[in-house]
Amino acid sequence: MFGKSPKAAQLAEDVTDFTAVQGRSLWQDARTRFVQNRAARACVLVLALIVAFTIFGPLFAQWNNEEIDWDIMGNVAAQGMPSLATGHYFGVDDLGRDLYSRVIQATSTSLLVGLIGASMALTVGTMYGIVSGFVGGRTDSIMMRIVDVLMAIPATLVIILLLVIAGRSFFMLFIALGAVSWLSMSRIVRGQTLALKHREFIEAARAAGVSEITIMHRHILPNLLGVVVVYASLMVPEMILAESFISFLGLGVSEPYTSLGSLISEGAGTMAYGTLWQLAVPLFFYVTIIITMFFIGDGLRDALDPKDR
Amino acid sequence: MIAYIIRRLLIAIPTILVLIVASFFLMHFAPGGPFTSERPLPPQVLANIEARYGLDQPLWKQLYDYLFNIIVHFDFGPSFKFKDRDVNDIIAQGFPISFTYGSLSFLAATSVGVSLGIAAAIRHNTWIDYFAVGLGIAAQALPNFIMGPILILTFTLWLGLLPGGGWNGGQWQYLIMPVIALSTSYMGSIARITRSSMLEVMSSNFIRTARAKGLPTRILIWRHALKPTLLPVVSYLGPVFVYVLTGSVFVDMYFSTGGLGQAYVGSALSRDYAVLLGVTILYGTLTVVVNLLTDLAYAWFDPKIRY
Repeated sequence: MFGKSPKAAQLAEDVTDFTAVQGRSLWQDARTRFVQNRAARACVLVLALIVAFTIFGPLFAQWNNEEIDWDIMGNVAAQGMPSLATGHYFGVDDLGRDLYSRVIQATSTSLLVGLIGASMALTVGTMYGIVSGFVGGRTDSIMMRIVDVLMAIPATLVIILLLVIAGRSFFMLFIALGAVSWLSMSRIVRGQTLALKHREFIEAARAAGVSEITIMHRHILPNLLGVVVVYASLMVPEMILAESFISFLGLGVSEPYTSLGSLISEGAGTMAYGTLWQLAVPLFFYVTIIITMFFIGDGLRDALDPKDR
Repeated sequence: MIAYIIRRLLIAIPTILVLIVASFFLMHFAPGGPFTSERPLPPQVLANIEARYGLDQPLWKQLYDYLFNIIVHFDFGPSFKFKDRDVNDIIAQGFPISFTYGSLSFLAATSVGVSLGIAAAIRHNTWIDYFAVGLGIAAQALPNFIMGPILILTFTLWLGLLPGGGWNGGQWQYLIMPVIALSTSYMGSIARITRSSMLEVMSSNFIRTARAKGLPTRILIWRHALKPTLLPVVSYLGPVFVYVLTGSVFVDMYFSTGGLGQAYVGSALSRDYAVLLGVTILYGTLTVVVNLLTDLAYAWFDPKIRY
C-alpha cells in the first residue's frame, strides 16, 4: 500500500534500512552540546595539557623533588630564580629544592585529591540518596536527619578534626574529604529519586515483578546520572580547594610530598625576600586548574541539564 | 507561619544536641590526649590531673556533666592546656573579633555579589556582562588563603599602605584586608548565582507582561524581578555563612587577628580537646541557627513554599 506514492515508498525503505531520522540518546545530545561550548572545549584542552605536563614533565626534569641543590641553598634569592642554565626551570624553593619537580608532584597530588574526593562523594552520596529517597517513609526521615546533623558541622572543621585525631596521612586525607563531601550529593540524589519514583516506568517495572534493588540500579540510577555527573564535576575544584586550605594550615600531605596548597603556603611565607616565583608558579597552576574545572563543570551542566541554566 | 517556626525549632534543638554528643564521643575516642607527652608522666600525677578535669569519671557521667553545664550554666568547662583560662574565656576573647570581620565580609560578599550579578543580567551580552562574569569566575578561583598573600604582597609589601596583620581594636586599616580576603570568592559565586537567576526571571512570562503594559525597566526590576531573583541567593546564604566561619580560621591565622580560628587550630594541634569541642559546638550551633533563619527567610520570600 506504500507503493502508491514514491515518497511513502522511500520512507518505508528508509525505516526498514534504519536510515530514517534516528533518535538521539540523551548522552549523544549532551555530547553535541558540550562540544559546541567553546569555553568548555578550550578548558578541556588546557586541563589535558596540565595532565600531560604532570605525566611527561618529569622526563625533562634535571632534579628530583627531594634533591637539594647545595650550590644555591642559602642564596636562593640571588641564584635560585627560574633559569634554563641551572636546570631549575621554575627556580628553587626556600630549601634549594627544584620547584619544577615539586610543582609536578604537587599538581598531580591536587588533581588526584580532587578526583578521588569527588568520586568518593559520588559513590557514597549516590547510594545513600537513592536508598533514602526510594525506601522513603521513616527510614528516609531518619537518614536525612543524620545528614542534617552532619551538615551542621562546618566541613573544614570536620576535616581538621579528623586529621588531628587520626593522624596525617594520604589515606586519612581522602577519608576526611570523602566524609564531608557526600552530604550535599546525597541530598540532591534523594530529591531526584523522589521525583522519579512515582513515574509510570517505575510503576510498570514494579508491576512486571522487578525487585526493588533491581529497580534502583536499573531504572533509577541511569536516570540520575546526568545530575550526578554535573555535581561531581563541580565538586572536583571544591575538593582541590579544601585540600589546599588544609595544606595551607599545615595539616595536609607531609614532606617530601607536597600539594599546590602547601607550595603556595611556602611561597607566601617567603615572598618578602624577593623570591616571588615560589608563589607565582604554584599559584598559576592552581588558578588555572580551578578555573578550567569551573568552566568544564558549567559546560557539563549546560549539556546535561539544559533546563537548569 | 508560626507553626512552621515552632516545628523548625523542634527539629533544630535535637540537631544541636546530637551534634554535641557526636563531637563529644569523637574527641573522647581519639588516641592521644592533651596530657600525653614524649616523657610519660608518673601514673600518680596523671591520675591527679585526670581527676582535676573529671576524666576519671565514667563516660556517661562526663557527658552528663558536660551537657548539664552547657545547658544550665552555659559553661564549656576548663581548657586542658591553659591552666588559668577556661573555654568560655577563650571564646569570649576570640569570637567578637571573628564575628566583626566575618559579618562585614558576609555583608560585602552579598551586597557586591548581588549588585554585580544584577548589573550583568540587565546588560546581558554587553561588556558589563562579560566583565562581571569574568570577575566572578576569577574571584571564585581566589579563595581566602590565596587572597591573603596576594593582598599582603600588594598593599603591605609593595605599596606600604596597610598594616600586614594584627587587630588593634578593629581599626579600619586592620579590617580591610581580612574582609577582602574572606569575601572575594563568595562574592564571585553570589554574583554568578544572581546573574543566572535574574536571566531566568527576566525571560519569564510575568516580566514579559509587565513590559508589554509599558512599565519602565527600573520599576520593573525593583517591583517584579528582584524578589524572585533573590530566592536562590537567599538559599545560598546559609552555606556562605558557614564558609565565612571556616574561612575565618585561615584569616585569623594569616592576619594574626587574634580571633577564634587561631584558638581553634592552636587547640587542634595541641590536642586541647576542651577548646576544640567548645568551638566546634559553637560553630555547629551557629550553623544550625543560620540555616533555620535562611529557611524562614526563604519561606517569607517565596509564597509558593508550603510549610
